[in-house]
Amino acid sequence: MASTAKLPNLNQVSRVDQVGVEERAARFCARSIKNESKQEALMMVLSMIDLTTLEGQDTPGKVTQLCHKARHLNAARPELPTVAAVCVYPTMVAVAKKALTGSNIHVASVATAFPSGMSTTKIKLEETRMAVAAGADEIDMVISRGAFLQGDTRFVFDEIAQVKEACGKAHLKVILETGELGTLDQVRRASVLAMHAGADFIKTSTGKVQPAATLPVTLVMLQAIRDYYHETGRMVGMKPAGGISKAKLAIHYLVMLRETLGNAWLTPVWFRFGASSLANDVLMQIEKQRTGVYQSLDYFSLD
Amino acid sequence: MTSKKQGKESRKLDFSTGWDYAPAPQSSADITLAKRYKHFINGKFVAPANGKYFSTINPATARPLAKVAAGNARDIDKAVKAARAAYRNVWSKMAPAERGKYLFRVARIIQERSREFAVIESLDGGKPIRESRDVDIPLVAAHFFYNAGWADKLNYAFPTRSVKPVGVAGQIIPWNFPLLMAAWKIAPALACGNTVVLKPAETTPLTAMKLAEVMQDADLPPGVVNIVTGAGDTGAALVQHPDVDKIAFTGSTQVGKQIQRQLAGTGKRYSLELGGKAANIVFADAAIDQAVEGIVNGIFFNQGHVCCAGSRLLVQESVAEEVIRKLKDRMETLIVGDPLDKNTDIGAINSKEQLERINAYLKIGAEEGVQVYQSSCAVPDTGFWCRPTLFTGVAQSNRVVQEEIFGPVLAVQTFRTVNEAIAKSNNTPYGLSGGVWTDKGAKIFKVTRDIRAGVIWANTFNKFDPTSPFGGYKESGIGREGGLHGLEPYVTLN
Amino acid sequence: MAAKYTVSAKRTSAKVGKKTRRATPKTKNVPVAKTYKLYINGKFPRTESGRYFKLEHKGKVVANVCQASRKDFREAVVAARAAQKGWASASAFLKGQILYRIAEMLEGRHQQFVDELQAQGVLKAPAEAEVDQAIDCLVHYAGWADKYQQIFSAVNPVASSHFNFSVPEPTGVVSLLAPQRSGLLGLVANIAPAIVGGNTVVVLASQRLPLCAISFAEVLHSSDVPGGVVNILTGATDELAGQFASHMDVNAVIYCGTSKQTITEIEEQAANNVKRVITRAGKYAHGPYTIKDTLEIKTTWHPVGA
Repeated sequence: MASTAKLPNLNQVSRVDQVGVEERAARFCARSIKNESKQEALMMVLSMIDLTTLEGQDTPGKVTQLCHKARHLNAARPELPTVAAVCVYPTMVAVAKKALTGSNIHVASVATAFPSGMSTTKIKLEETRMAVAAGADEIDMVISRGAFLQGDTRFVFDEIAQVKEACGKAHLKVILETGELGTLDQVRRASVLAMHAGADFIKTSTGKVQPAATLPVTLVMLQAIRDYYHETGRMVGMKPAGGISKAKLAIHYLVMLRETLGNAWLTPVWFRFGASSLANDVLMQIEKQRTGVYQSLDYFSLD
Repeated sequence: MTSKKQGKESRKLDFSTGWDYAPAPQSSADITLAKRYKHFINGKFVAPANGKYFSTINPATARPLAKVAAGNARDIDKAVKAARAAYRNVWSKMAPAERGKYLFRVARIIQERSREFAVIESLDGGKPIRESRDVDIPLVAAHFFYNAGWADKLNYAFPTRSVKPVGVAGQIIPWNFPLLMAAWKIAPALACGNTVVLKPAETTPLTAMKLAEVMQDADLPPGVVNIVTGAGDTGAALVQHPDVDKIAFTGSTQVGKQIQRQLAGTGKRYSLELGGKAANIVFADAAIDQAVEGIVNGIFFNQGHVCCAGSRLLVQESVAEEVIRKLKDRMETLIVGDPLDKNTDIGAINSKEQLERINAYLKIGAEEGVQVYQSSCAVPDTGFWCRPTLFTGVAQSNRVVQEEIFGPVLAVQTFRTVNEAIAKSNNTPYGLSGGVWTDKGAKIFKVTRDIRAGVIWANTFNKFDPTSPFGGYKESGIGREGGLHGLEPYVTLN
Repeated sequence: MAAKYTVSAKRTSAKVGKKTRRATPKTKNVPVAKTYKLYINGKFPRTESGRYFKLEHKGKVVANVCQASRKDFREAVVAARAAQKGWASASAFLKGQILYRIAEMLEGRHQQFVDELQAQGVLKAPAEAEVDQAIDCLVHYAGWADKYQQIFSAVNPVASSHFNFSVPEPTGVVSLLAPQRSGLLGLVANIAPAIVGGNTVVVLASQRLPLCAISFAEVLHSSDVPGGVVNILTGATDELAGQFASHMDVNAVIYCGTSKQTITEIEEQAANNVKRVITRAGKYAHGPYTIKDTLEIKTTWHPVGA
C-alpha cells in the first residue's frame, strides 16, 4: 500500500432518505429549459459525452467507425463540439488512440475485470497498466461489489487506491454499479469511499446492470461530491452512465448538476455522460432548434 | 483544478453565473377573464345588491385583472335563502349516491379544465404555476373525487349513529390556496348533504367564480352552492346570518377568535382552521440533504403563505453549521419571479398589505438584533416580492419566533437535546403542524407523539392528501378537514 | 391529642376482655360529621378564600361546603396541567385498570353515597339507582380505555409514497361544569370519558348537590388516580363559569346545563384561546363519541423507502 489515503468511517456518512431524493429529482425534471438555454445545454451535453461501445462483438472496425463519429458528430455542422471521450474495452484502446490522433478526444478504457470485477486484484492492476500503456487517458474501473456488500470496505478501498496508483497520469473513474448496491445509503457510502481512495470521477454504472443511471442515484452521488469538496477542497467529477439516451433527460441531469454543485462543474472536465445513442438524439434536437422542424434518425449517422 | 489549500470559506459553490434558464412562461393566451364577475346565487350569476364591484389585481404586476361583486348583507341573505331552499327541497332529499355523482362530475370537469384553473390561480394569487399546476389544482379535483365517494357511505364513517346533515353551511376561505380551500370546504359539505354559501378571499376570488361555472356545467341543482364575493364585512354578514347552521372558517387566529365570539350563544356550529408557527426539528442523525429540502418546502412553498409552514427551524447544534450552509446554497437556486414562468419557485406575495406585514417583521427582526440573510436572486421591479429570508441567531423570545409572519421568512434556532427541541416546539399558542427529521425510528415516534399539533411530518414536510385529516390543536383551530375525520364538521350524529 | 390516645388505649384494652367494656358507661354514639373540602392535586385543602355555603335539607344544616374561589380554580388548573402529560402517556391498559379500580372503590362505598344523596334530598330508590349507574358508567369507560383509539384511528391511503396515520390524543386540560341535577352520576358520566381519553380535569361540582363530589374525590384518591388528574371544586357555578371558560391554560370546557346566558358567556370567553366548547344537556350519553369530544386527531406522515 503506497497510498496515503485513509479509509473514512463510513458509519458517519450522512443518511439518505429515498423518497426525499426522488422528490427532489422529480423537481429538477419540472424545470423548463427553452430557447437559448436549451441550445447551450445541448452543446454542453454533446461535449460531455463519453461515446461508448462495450460489446463482446466489438472489433477494430467498429471502434474506428465510432471514433470517426466522435470526431465528426455532424459532417454538415463542423462548428459543433466533439464528444469528450471514446470509451472502449482495453484491447481496443490502441485502435481508438490511433483513430483519435490529432483530436482532443480522450480515450477511456474500462478495466478491472469489467463489468463484474470478479477477478483478483493482481489481474485488475495488470489490466489497468496494460490499458494505460496502450494509451488510455482515462480508466473506468468497477468496484468489488461483493466485497462492499459483504462489509469488507477496507478491501474495496485498498483496491481502488491501488488501481489509482496503477493509472499513473490517467484519470480514474470509479464505477459503483449502483444497480447492485441496493439502497441509496449504500450509494452514498460507496461514493465517499471511492473519493477518499482517490477517484477522480465517480460513475454510476457499467451499463450492463439494470437499473443503470437514474436521477436519484446521481443526485446522491453529486451531494457526496459536494460534501467531499467542502471537506477536502478537492473537486471530483461525476459520470452517470447507462440509460441516458434522450436529450431531454440529459438536460434534466444538467439542471440537477447546476443546482447541486453549481457552475464550476458544468464542464466536460467534471461531468460526463456514459452513452452510446444519446449523441444522435442531441443532434436531432439541435437541428430541431435550428430549423424548427422535428427530425428523423434517418438523417443522422449510426455509428 | 483542485482548489488550493485555503479555508473552507473558499470552497463556496457558485450558483450565480454561467448557464441560466431562459424565461419559460406558461401561456395564458387562451384564458379568458370576464371584465366583471357577479355573485353566484341559486345557480345564476347575480349582480350585487348595491351595484358595487371591486378590482382583483395580479400581485405580480399590481394591475387589475377583473372586477368582482362587492357583497353585502342583502347578497348574503339572498344566497342563504337559496341555500336553505335547495337544502330543504332538493339536496337533503336526494339519494346520497346521486349527490355523490354530482361531486364526481365536478371532479372530472376540474380535471379537464385543470390548466386553465392553474393559470388563473397563479394570475390572481401570485403562486408559481409549478405549484398551482402540480399541487393545488390536482388536489382540488382529488378532494371532490374523494368526498364524492363518501356521500352514500356515511353510516360506515360513524357506526351506531344516525347521520344527518347540518343544514346550510357558511364557508369563509383564505387567499393562500383559493380554489383548494374552496374544495376542502365545499366537497365534504355537499357529500354530507349540506348546502353552502362560500365567501372567497377578497384578493383571490377568480377561481371560485370559475368553479361556479363548473357547478353550472355539472348541472348541480341551483342553490346547492352559492358564492358571494367581498371583503371582511361580507364574511361577517355570513357569520351573523341567523339562518346559517354552521360556519367553517380558514384564516387568521385573530379573525377565528372574533368568529367564535360572534357565534357565542347562537347555537351555530363552527369549525376553524387558523394560524400556525410550526417547528421543523432537524436532528444531527437526519438525512441532512433531504432535511434541507424539507426545510425549503416547509417555508418557501407558496411564498410561505401557508398556515402549516415550517416557519421555525430547530436544528441540533452539532449540525447547525452544515444545515445552514446547505440551506443558503439551496436558497441561491430558488428563482423568484413571474408566477407564470414554469421555472419560478417563489412567486409574488399575495397583496401589498401582506408584503407590508412581512416587511414589518423583517424590520422587527433587524431591530431585535437577529441576523437577516436573503438570497441574492433578482426580483422584478413591479409587483410584490420578497426574497427567501433566514433569521439566524434568534431566541425563543424573539417576536419573529413567536408570531406568524406568513411569508418566505424562516427563523432558525438551535437546540441540544431531544427534550429541549420538544419543549421549544410546543412553546407556542399554536398547534397546527410540526416537522421532525431523524434517521432513528424510536425518536420519530417519541417526538411526533410529544409535539402538540394536528399534523406532523416526519422526514417530509408540507404534504397534503384528501384522505389525510388536517387541522389544529390549541389556537390553530377546531375540527379537521380531509379524510374520514373531515366529515364530522358537516354531520349531525344522533 | 391526649384524649385520642386515651380512646385508643381504651379500645386496646377492650379487646382484652368483656369486663372492661361492660365497665364503660353506656352513652349515645355521637356521629362524626364529615368536613367537605376541595380536591386539588391529590390533596384535600379548604378553599383559600375561607368562604363556605350552608347546605341544608329539611331545615337542618347538612354541611358547610367550601365556596371555591377563582384562585382555587387557578391552583387546580396548575395541578391539572402538571399531571396532564404523565396521565396521557400512562398506558391504555393502566388507565383501564385505574378506571375499573374507581368502580370497585365506589361499589365498596355504595351505601355511603346512597346516604349522602338521601341527605341532600334524593329519595332512596333513585339514590340507589344512581349509585349503581355511576358504578356501571365507570366500568363501561374502563373497558373503553384501550379501544376507542382503534375506533377513531385511521390509516389514510394517501397517493404519495408515505405512510400516513391519524390517531386520537387528549385535548389537554378540560374544565368541567358538572350538571346540577345529578350529584354523582352526572359527575361521573362527565369525568370518566374525559380522563379515559387522557385529559386531566378541573370540575366544579353541582352547586345544589355537592357532597357526593367530594366523597367521590376520596374514592379517586384511593383508586390509584394520580394527583392532579381530577381536581374537584365546590362553589357557585355563576361565579366560576367565566373563569372555567376564559383560562388560557385550559384547552376545553364542558358545560352541563341549559342556561342560554351561561352558554353565551362560556362561548365568548372560550374564544380567548380557541377553547373547545362542549355543552351537554339531558340524558348522559355513554360511549366513545363522548370520549371523542375531548380528543384531538393527530395525523403523522412518513416516507416509505429503503
